[in-house]
Amino acid sequence: MSETAEATAVVKEPREPLFSSKNKRLLSDPMNDDNPITIQVLGICSALAITVQVKQAVVMSLSVLVVMIGANLIVSLLRNLIPSRVRIIVQLVIVAALVILVDQVLKAYMYEVSKQLSVFVGLIITNCIIMGRLEAFALNNKPWPSFLDAVGNAAGYGWILIAVAVVRELFGSGKLYGFQVIPDAFYDFGYFNNGLMILPPMALITVGIIIWIQRSKNTKLIEEN
Amino acid sequence: MDVNKNSYTFTFSAILVIVVGASLAFVAEGLKPLQKENVRLEKMQNILASVKIEATPEEASEKFAKYIVEQVMLDNEGKISTAEDITAFDIDVVKEFKTVDAEDRSYPLFVFEDNGTKKYIVPMAGKGLWGPIWGYVAFEGDMNTIYGSTFDHKTETPGLGAEINQPDFQDKFIGKTIFDGAEYVSVEVVKGGSDVEGKSHMVDGISGGTITSKGVGEMMKRTLNVYVPYFKGNQKAAL
Repeated sequence: MSETAEATAVVKEPREPLFSSKNKRLLSDPMNDDNPITIQVLGICSALAITVQVKQAVVMSLSVLVVMIGANLIVSLLRNLIPSRVRIIVQLVIVAALVILVDQVLKAYMYEVSKQLSVFVGLIITNCIIMGRLEAFALNNKPWPSFLDAVGNAAGYGWILIAVAVVRELFGSGKLYGFQVIPDAFYDFGYFNNGLMILPPMALITVGIIIWIQRSKNTKLIEEN
Repeated sequence: MDVNKNSYTFTFSAILVIVVGASLAFVAEGLKPLQKENVRLEKMQNILASVKIEATPEEASEKFAKYIVEQVMLDNEGKISTAEDITAFDIDVVKEFKTVDAEDRSYPLFVFEDNGTKKYIVPMAGKGLWGPIWGYVAFEGDMNTIYGSTFDHKTETPGLGAEINQPDFQDKFIGKTIFDGAEYVSVEVVKGGSDVEGKSHMVDGISGGTITSKGVGEMMKRTLNVYVPYFKGNQKAAL
């Protein structure tokens, strides 16, 4: 009797729903409480370099999203096959291959954008967020949670990038996504674009302001000394 | 299966590298035609930009065919070269500048025509402070007065030398002349902030970007020198 009961219990063990609360947290945490840029301070270099225009930031975010999903899925699928002694190299090869793919596709289909992003697409390889997630998450988890983790972290990275780019493009060149939004009349009245916004230091300051706002809203992030 | 054995590690790495290498090679080859086409279209856009014709990548090919009526190729002596296996458009002057000896380079010339007026576009390549610079200079029908120019660079300092690809710098060349009477003098790019008012063979360089500015001047003087016999011949014929 007890044996059959046990057997049915094993069979009936409920499968974890696709969007269980645990899985939802994989998506939502990186957006706020565990944001890769503002909390973990990873991937800062690209956040500073390519946030002059919204369009570049969007393409960069999408590229990171694609690379991250691909890398997380592949590493997660191979997690039991990868020899642990060479795992970092294996991760690097996978990420590098995906980045080169993205770069080639951009060069073929979005030439203008690829010229503006120039070296930064290649530098996705060294984006700490990607290697960090592979090492910390994908190597120990099944593909579906790894996929969610990748989407969550890429989105957390992307929204900061785009937020910074909106501020910089709006005040730096009076445009959004390449379209002029500050009317000519303003300029006639003596309004000037803020040239400092175009320069990298302003990205750092903008990220700083975002961190400030985030921490003042989300009190559990405040560190105690 | 023991994934930590040496033999397994080697096999795994070998298979991974072969799979990744093969798929990348496959994709790169597959996308090459599209990428090459993009580079071609950009070149057309740049050539047209030197005669102030704006073209999006989609319309570049069509406009190029419409306006560029003739492509000539000169050899180092300024004679029209008769090599037929290569067209002027396919010559990459930046690459030739780097790899081919001066005597063996080819010098393309694009003839633009709109409503009966001709303009002559000369591509050129040279050296900036950090790397290659290149550009297109367009001349009026007299083959003396500069009608427009575009310059670009690979790695010049942002905000300083890199400014050569900005209209502020490029527009300074408009109206300058390269012949003083019958003598070829080119256009000199002088130190930023100099007074060039009324001097038709001098252009004010970029302050702080002196070496790049001088590079532009050197590139023009050296390249245009080759075209002098051809220009003079045509000027005589026009008289």
